[in-house]
Amino acid sequence: MDILSLFIIVPILTILALVITKGLKQARVVSMIGSIVQLGMAINLVFAYFSERAINNDIMVFTKDVVWYKQFNIHYNIGVDGISVALLLLTSIVVLAGVFISWKMKDLPKEFFISLIVLSIGVYGFFISLDLFTMFVFFEIAVIPMYLLIGIWGSGPKEYSAMKLTLMLMGASAILLVGILGIYFNSNADGGALTFNILEIAQVNIPLEAQKLFFPLTFIGFAVIGALFPFHTWSPDGHASAPTAVSMLHAGVLMKLGGYGVFRVAMYLLPQGALDWSWFFIILSAVGVIYGAFAAIKQTDLKYINAYSSVSHLGLVLFALLMLNKTAWNGAILQSLSHGFMTALFFALIGMIYGRTHTRDITKLGGLLKVIPFISVIYVIAGLASLGLPGFSGFVAEMNIFVGAFQHDDMFYRVVTIISVSAIVVTAVYILRVVGIMLMGPVKNEAYLKLEQVTWYEKSGILLLLIPIVGMGVAPLWLSDMILESLHPFIQGLL
Amino acid sequence: MNIDSFLLMRHEILLLAVVLLLVVAEVSISQSKKDSIVHLAIFLFGIHTIIGFLTIDYGNLFGGMFHTNALIHFFKNVLNVGVLVLLLQSGDWLQEKIVQHNRGTEFFILLFSSLLGMYFMISAGDFLMFYLGLELSVLPVAALAAYETTKRKSSEAGIKLIVSSALASGVSLFGISMLYATTGSIYFNDIAEVITTTNLSVLGFILFFAGLAFKISLVPFHFWTADVYEGAPISIASYLSVISKGAAVFILMILSFTVLKPLMHIWENMVYVIAIATMFIGNLFALRQQNMKRFLAFSSIAQAGFILLGLIVGNQLGAATVVYFVLVYVFSNLAAFGVVQAISNKTGKENITDYEGLYRTNPKLSLVMMLGLFSLAGIPPVAGFFGKFFLFTAAASEGYYLLVFIAVVNVTISLYYYLLVVRAMFLRKNENAIPFFKSKIYMRLGLIITVIGILALGLYSPLYNYIYEMSNIFN
Repeated sequence: MDILSLFIIVPILTILALVITKGLKQARVVSMIGSIVQLGMAINLVFAYFSERAINNDIMVFTKDVVWYKQFNIHYNIGVDGISVALLLLTSIVVLAGVFISWKMKDLPKEFFISLIVLSIGVYGFFISLDLFTMFVFFEIAVIPMYLLIGIWGSGPKEYSAMKLTLMLMGASAILLVGILGIYFNSNADGGALTFNILEIAQVNIPLEAQKLFFPLTFIGFAVIGALFPFHTWSPDGHASAPTAVSMLHAGVLMKLGGYGVFRVAMYLLPQGALDWSWFFIILSAVGVIYGAFAAIKQTDLKYINAYSSVSHLGLVLFALLMLNKTAWNGAILQSLSHGFMTALFFALIGMIYGRTHTRDITKLGGLLKVIPFISVIYVIAGLASLGLPGFSGFVAEMNIFVGAFQHDDMFYRVVTIISVSAIVVTAVYILRVVGIMLMGPVKNEAYLKLEQVTWYEKSGILLLLIPIVGMGVAPLWLSDMILESLHPFIQGLL
Repeated sequence: MNIDSFLLMRHEILLLAVVLLLVVAEVSISQSKKDSIVHLAIFLFGIHTIIGFLTIDYGNLFGGMFHTNALIHFFKNVLNVGVLVLLLQSGDWLQEKIVQHNRGTEFFILLFSSLLGMYFMISAGDFLMFYLGLELSVLPVAALAAYETTKRKSSEAGIKLIVSSALASGVSLFGISMLYATTGSIYFNDIAEVITTTNLSVLGFILFFAGLAFKISLVPFHFWTADVYEGAPISIASYLSVISKGAAVFILMILSFTVLKPLMHIWENMVYVIAIATMFIGNLFALRQQNMKRFLAFSSIAQAGFILLGLIVGNQLGAATVVYFVLVYVFSNLAAFGVVQAISNKTGKENITDYEGLYRTNPKLSLVMMLGLFSLAGIPPVAGFFGKFFLFTAAASEGYYLLVFIAVVNVTISLYYYLLVVRAMFLRKNENAIPFFKSKIYMRLGLIITVIGILALGLYSPLYNYIYEMSNIFN
């Protein structure tokens, strides 16, 4: 058994085990064991990747290719480079943290954990796929469980949010499908056979007209899940209504599919299209960066604040990818990872605060630092990481992005970059505002004095997410190296 | 003519034998054991289905009036499997409601006669055989649609079906006579050689197409669909939506890909427009439905629109994707109809709102329903996704990107209303939810087969390869 297919098989086995469990206790133990195994596999994969790279000169390692549908040349084709390895690690950490945070899930626990793990199968599969069709299949597998997860276990206008999220993402994937078919039917431009194989298509000179036509379709198809402005509206509603663990997975992992897909498929396979369209999508993503940050200032609901901040931070990922620059790309991927850990941590903390105080409205909260110090301190740390303080992951990522972006020769891109940098300041405003109102000052409500302290499972979840945030900030080099060496094929194609 | 050549008609002869055996059984079974006619019919038809899968020779009979090949043989097997599942799903209903009134045997005889008509229609080598098959396949179903004589809506459905199908087959016959007028023959092989694009032949083709479009319920020939589905017994509604539609798609494909191929450029434009209209109208009307049967009726209209994406291509790839999609559709739709039938039999409830909270009381039925609906909506990893993806690929291979785009927009619209049912079952809580009940063995077996079909068809690729190989007759 190859070590990549295990990322599909182990979750499936976990689901099968979950089907026969009874009650919450069994369900959560089984999911925890399953997720710990997945995390172990991801860590193992990192080491295996380094040792494989030491002896093997391929960028893409652990590849496996099985014919699936012969007539369409559809393969189950998998493999990883440094970028996918890092994202797989992110996913496994967030999934495990999500299981810890959902420890006391009361309503239909078995079904909840099954849906959560189905979602993770989709994400794992997406990151390891080297075949457009397989990738698309996993993409949809990742999206559909969200409907049930938000709809059944969510809060507030959950039915509306779940439907909106599902329809927008499936609508986007419908557009994406046309883009993928367009790529497929142009993959024989150099005389070969039609293929869905990403690595093979990258060698083909797809006609310019087709690139210009299909790049925006593919880009939008993926970028909607990465919260590209103006298609981001599903995201804040979805976040706000989702249960804690789902918000974590949603913002921490699911939205990363967007940037990854844009990079791996749209830009890599349609480089001319990317060059042609980059100015347009740069504007959209820059608007997203600014708009998300300002919208976050206006919110009083903690989840909405974080959701809009995600729009802003993920706008930066797309922005950096479109800058067509090695440093910026490195930053974009670091930002994906950093945002994944950070935002998952935020949502976990918000879930804990909400679970204790039963409100997410910051105007009703105050003085939490005195009553739940552990949660509050971690919140401050996450906030500092989010606004890009050196020593945390956010700084490394944003530095790379802006340094890279500013290297662009074109004045237009530099101006857009300068405007986007201002979002950092705005981020500081809304983070510090929340910290000031919610954590400092007198305790607003006497009931808060008796709040429950943090439990062991909550602490485990938090620590899981905190370690990589600090780790990336203190020692970014090994990760950065891993990503940079994986960028070579993209550099050859695009720069 | 010797015995071997008669064996080319094995399906037809066997089914006829089943019908005759049932007639004999009707007279010989004592009144107190009337129930057993259901077991007997299902058993006999099961054997018939299994024998259908044995290898068979291919060739012509009656000077070309009747012909078989691997693909036609496969069509008949698909229809058989569909009818078998349908019989299993309606076994309980028949025992409880129909056999009591001594009308069990007629039900099977009528149903099997209609299926026999479809066999002949698919195997037709000339327009005469085609027309006989068409009529034989429709008339018994009209009687079956009106089978619940105590319900007014059922009689209405019967009348509606017979009147509108008579009109449709009349129109079709008119078209056939025009084609005869232009070509001087009713044999498909002869027509294929001499037919050219003239005004009369185009008009003939359009009228002929209208007749089949009625059976597939393509817009604008879809008006009967929702009313008839709603009024007819559920097993007949699912027969109309799955078996009858599947057979009509098959024969339309055979004729338009071979005999009427010279008219392809006209046919393309027509199908293009009808595909768009059918998808949109089916979907938009489905959004507003409250009754599950009407809902599934409009959903099946929309699905027919998707099938046209494969038909428009007109080659081996198109044929393979169409056949594959129909196969997937048979299982998916039968799963949905099966659950509707199970619930309706127990509680008489057929509205979407009645399904609220169903997951908490009847989780297995809800899961089957969800699987069926997801397959209809085209969500991976279930079979429906692969069916749709292949259809879209076929259309895109001929450069119909705009049509594919319109189709994927429709996939999103359809997802909305399929999710409405999922929402009712899973998201809503209801204190008066349908209480837990356990279906009988036949129903469970019927649903299990559909679930296996839905899960296996997509992931297991050799079946598609097999269909693709067989479709090479259209090259």
